[in-house]
Amino acid sequence: MDEILELLEKDARISAGEIAKLVKDDERSVKRKIKKYETDGVIVGYKTVINKELVRSVDHELRALIEVNVMPQKNLGFDHIAERIYRFPEVTSCYLVSGTYDLLLVVEGKDMQTISNFIAEKLSPMENVRGTVTHFLLKKYKEDGVMLKHREENKRIAISY
Amino acid sequence: MMKKNYVSAVVEKMAPSGIRAFFDLVLGMKDVISLGVGEPDFVTPWNIRETGIFALEEGYTSYTSNKGLYKLRLYLNRFLHQRYGLDYSAEDEMLVTVGVSEGLDLAVRAIVNPGEQILIPQPSYVSYGPVVELAGGEPVYLPADEQGGFKITPGQIDKACTPKTKGILLNYPVNPTGATYTKKELEAIQRVCKKHDLVVICDEVYGDLTYDGEHVPYPSLPGARAHTIYLNGFSKAFAMTGWRLGYACGPKPIIAAMTKIHQYTILCAPIVSQMAACEALQAGKRGVEEMKREYRRRRDFMTESLNAIGLGCAKPQGAFYMFPCIAQSGLRSLEFASRLLKEHKVAVVPGVAFGLHYDNYVRMSYATNYEQLKIAVNHMALFMKKCRSFS
Repeated sequence: MDEILELLEKDARISAGEIAKLVKDDERSVKRKIKKYETDGVIVGYKTVINKELVRSVDHELRALIEVNVMPQKNLGFDHIAERIYRFPEVTSCYLVSGTYDLLLVVEGKDMQTISNFIAEKLSPMENVRGTVTHFLLKKYKEDGVMLKHREENKRIAISY
Repeated sequence: MMKKNYVSAVVEKMAPSGIRAFFDLVLGMKDVISLGVGEPDFVTPWNIRETGIFALEEGYTSYTSNKGLYKLRLYLNRFLHQRYGLDYSAEDEMLVTVGVSEGLDLAVRAIVNPGEQILIPQPSYVSYGPVVELAGGEPVYLPADEQGGFKITPGQIDKACTPKTKGILLNYPVNPTGATYTKKELEAIQRVCKKHDLVVICDEVYGDLTYDGEHVPYPSLPGARAHTIYLNGFSKAFAMTGWRLGYACGPKPIIAAMTKIHQYTILCAPIVSQMAACEALQAGKRGVEEMKREYRRRRDFMTESLNAIGLGCAKPQGAFYMFPCIAQSGLRSLEFASRLLKEHKVAVVPGVAFGLHYDNYVRMSYATNYEQLKIAVNHMALFMKKCRSFS
């Protein structure tokens, strides 16, 4: 992977100037490259990784993984039904997977009631949905490569030869 | 009445120095931004740690053969061949040691007779001189200067050799300067060493951290193998400092001599570390290239930043150290380090630790994350400004 991407993946807030210094390029050229990555869709967005365990948010207190069995449609395969499902704002991620079910959803809601309502009233009644299995997330250990632990203590001694 | 002195004269004479007190000061202080650390800022990769845990679970808690696990030596043989084209027999040309530190001690003790001299290029790692003294030898220091890129010349070696000179203790990439030697420079050194029939003890523990070229192992030079003791270990390349594991390779009679000392003093390296090292060699060096790129970026950042604030230094070629000149501060190295620590909570190692000639330098390690390096540079910029306005 390009060094510019490597640096941005680690720290989205690093400035073009700093990247330029680190990769031995000039700032304008780095800016141009980043712009190109953005227009090409290589860089999709910039976001902050938040340990939500430590934040009381009203709307996204609870997450669930939902396995969905669906009936594929003629000529459309899974794409059409997937789109109908992932358009719901409650669905934060949607994947087509191999194995015993077809779609894997990540759904967020403020409590169990909200998520249950979404499943009972929106998801399950859909014409091509044959069945669902819901897993409520109890604890997060690692997400997107980041271990969600409190700051690790420094184990090295501060000075040595 | 005379008080009885229980400590041997050799040990008594060895320099404890003001450095020890400075180290204690650093260790006693909280929230220090440390550029004083001589080990990687990565923990051992998980697959290696897991193998160590598994070894314990399985009950591998015994001694191993003196030379080290045969399996480990076989892997080492293959690794050294693939990585560097070196060919050392797992049977009788290799010894697994407790870190390179032990390998170094064994090598020196195996070759030195009382009164014989060992050449030591400086600045050098702190243990080289004392290890020679403890073995009854006499260290002869060859100071390398900043103009020469902190490298010694074949001429210096030639001039220093006497009938009592037994060997030379080479190390590259160098702790503390990050300097390293090219193939051509090494060949020239090799010619002089051969001329004087010196045993070359070569500590190449930072070999895998070479940035702008390929590391050239000393025994790979034509004609060098027969008089070289090659020392390496797992600490730096696999981030395994605390496992204390190294290895020595050399001609059969020398390895046999080193094994004799090792069996009486150490017996064998810890079995758990040896098992884990097998995994390190077998799984290869995943992520090492990425780690190297990260170090290289930090090196470039540090070189530029330090030069900009009046701490002049050339760009180091390997390891993870900078050895900037502090002359502009008007301070000597221990005072510089102590004040920088007390006034700005930044820790560096005074240059005198690496040789008496180097009181105008300090060692900074960039095995510390980029954020911390940036903060440290800002603090040092303020400190330099303060120093200059008083001088």
